[in-house]
Amino acid sequence: MSKLRSYALGLAAATALAGPAMATDVTITCRCVEGGVNSAAAVWLKTTVIPGFEKMMKATGKDVTVNFKEFAGKDEQLTQQLALDFSTGAGADVSSFDGFLIPNFVDAGLLKPLEDVAGAEVNNWEGWSHISEGSKELMSYGGKAYGIALGTDSRMIFVRKDIFAQAGLDADTWQPTSWEDVLDAARTIKKAMPKSAPLQLNAGVSMGEATTMQGYWMAILGTGEGMLDESGKWIVSSQGILDTLNLYKTIYIDEKLGDKRAQLLGDGRNRTFANFRDGKTAMLVEGDWFYRSVTKPGAEFEVKDRDVNMTWKKMPAQEPGKGFRGQDFVTMSGGTGFVINPNTKAPKESWALLSYMNSKEQLDAFQAINPRVRIRDDVWIPNSDFLTETSQTLLPLTTARPNNAHYNKVSVAVQRMTEAVVSGEQTPEEAMAQYKSDVIAIVGEENTVSKL
Amino acid sequence: MKNFSLLSARAGALFFSPAAALVGAFVIVPFFWVIFVSFTNRTLLGKTALNPEFVGFDNYIALFNMSTFFTRGQFGFSLILTIQFVLLSALVGQALLGMVLAWLLQSTPKNVKVFSESAVIVAWILPEVVIGFAWFAFLDYDNGTLNMLVTSLGLEPGDWLLENPFWVIVFFNTWRGAAFSMMLFNSAFSSIPPSYFQAADVAGATSFQKFKDIALPLIKGHVVTDLILITMWTFNVFTPFLLTNGGPSYRTELLSIYTYRVAFKDFEFGKGAAVGVVIMLINLAFALVYLRIAKQKNKGTA
Repeated sequence: MSKLRSYALGLAAATALAGPAMATDVTITCRCVEGGVNSAAAVWLKTTVIPGFEKMMKATGKDVTVNFKEFAGKDEQLTQQLALDFSTGAGADVSSFDGFLIPNFVDAGLLKPLEDVAGAEVNNWEGWSHISEGSKELMSYGGKAYGIALGTDSRMIFVRKDIFAQAGLDADTWQPTSWEDVLDAARTIKKAMPKSAPLQLNAGVSMGEATTMQGYWMAILGTGEGMLDESGKWIVSSQGILDTLNLYKTIYIDEKLGDKRAQLLGDGRNRTFANFRDGKTAMLVEGDWFYRSVTKPGAEFEVKDRDVNMTWKKMPAQEPGKGFRGQDFVTMSGGTGFVINPNTKAPKESWALLSYMNSKEQLDAFQAINPRVRIRDDVWIPNSDFLTETSQTLLPLTTARPNNAHYNKVSVAVQRMTEAVVSGEQTPEEAMAQYKSDVIAIVGEENTVSKL
Repeated sequence: MKNFSLLSARAGALFFSPAAALVGAFVIVPFFWVIFVSFTNRTLLGKTALNPEFVGFDNYIALFNMSTFFTRGQFGFSLILTIQFVLLSALVGQALLGMVLAWLLQSTPKNVKVFSESAVIVAWILPEVVIGFAWFAFLDYDNGTLNMLVTSLGLEPGDWLLENPFWVIVFFNTWRGAAFSMMLFNSAFSSIPPSYFQAADVAGATSFQKFKDIALPLIKGHVVTDLILITMWTFNVFTPFLLTNGGPSYRTELLSIYTYRVAFKDFEFGKGAAVGVVIMLINLAFALVYLRIAKQKNKGTA
């Protein structure tokens, strides 16, 4: 009898609690796959963030289950997916996101400021006091934060010392101070190894934003220009654009110093990585993750004896002092992080997850898996010569993409322009004329300027 | 009996309703929706994503803007490319090759016939994605099977996907679709009474004469059906995307790929929908011709 009564009581209690104690589901996604692209992030979420978060929520009396969806597609495919999801009310609650897309998504009404989604508690988060204004900007637009960046990055020329040595060059003492220096080194290597493709500067549509960030920007900044002029108008024809396109032409068409196949085919990015790994390419312009993650021991594109055979150099301006802001060397920085889906049914829990991921404790755990420069100033910086040197040398020189809602479309126009030159379909002059009409169609003629 | 037929009409309506609802939801509504969207400036991102405006025929006018019509990456460029693609891969490739294969099969021993048929039909039944990637690997410059064969013969390896992308997709689509034409013509040839050919044999006709003077006139209806169907399919075929991504530099951007690019890479839904409507009209024209011919054929045999 007493047993029966306790069952009945238990049932009553369970029914009474059913409302508030119902389990909440939160879904998180990122362009990451364990053992594949951004593997470290997938491992971190699976092994540290999700179990830790569920346990923490349980301790506060909330039953939250986190579902993790790995996304293996390209950056552009994730953008498509997110745009479609966010416009139809579907999609994961928390998602990885490239900061440069924020203005466009916000203008479309597809993203909301964190505080509008999750309430005022967003502003009370302890983490903000450890994040600089500049780093906050990576995931902000119009003064409002839409997400939190995981870190920032920089771009440089990665160099194969062993290949340099085979061509009689000493990579340790070599630091190019002009484009001509870079081309000369490539020519020397090409002469010694005619089958090699010594220099790779990203181009083409298949490479997506990697073309713009690790290719075009790295060159155009060297001419002293950017994509916009001082008054915020898009530059659609200029000597800088022509010089940049002629640099591409020299590399891929005139002197065949680079592997244009690796730029133009669908799986091009991986081909450039493979070429560097296999020693076919001696100089590759890429971001710091190329060292941290792509070529690290155990990775698919691992460079054997990496720290003996591989080093990095600053990207020079066209000529000394001719770079952006009169610099001798140039680089670019971007930032990716996570945002909250504005249609989330669990805004509080989503924010709890996002802020938990970016707690000192969790970022410290991430550093153990994949060390890099984090944006929280209280996160342990690993003892890595590479990270220390690159962040100290390059971050003072760096430039960010314009925080502009047209940027990602213009970026695609840039990719088309470089592709037309590298594939040999158009001359630099023709490609620039095409770019001009493309950009005018995107932003309107009144927002463009011709400098030729 | 009367009751029974009444019941069956109602029951019929009842059984039909789920199908009708599905067709309504997934065919008819999207059909009109696409037409509607094609008159707006709806995009996936940016200011007109959730607040599109009605722009009338602007999207269509932009497509047929003659000053840029034939420029690389524009509608006209893809249209011309697609017409060339249809002529070469569907009409010459699939139909002609299918007919030759079917004719050759007529005079082969049974076991050879079964084997050849199966081999050709494999191309027809394999999933698109699988063969797309298989061909991509086959044609690869560095490690592709084709170049291994070519170099083993002492020839220069070809950079097929980069240097000859258009011919690659023409060849691919021919290979892919020839099975359908072959099957169709094979059954058509088989339906011709053998006595016709036997009589021709007695008269000393060559194989080509038998083909030209006996077989071809008798299967004319099948030929027209085949040509119209494969033309419509080839107009919409998307698999080349797996091989070339539409590139390099638009050289293989067929209309179907162009539509996809405009809608899902450039995120211009309104313009993408307009292209979709134009393609639909082209297909509708083919369909009407097909229906007309089919009707005449039925009349003739009745």
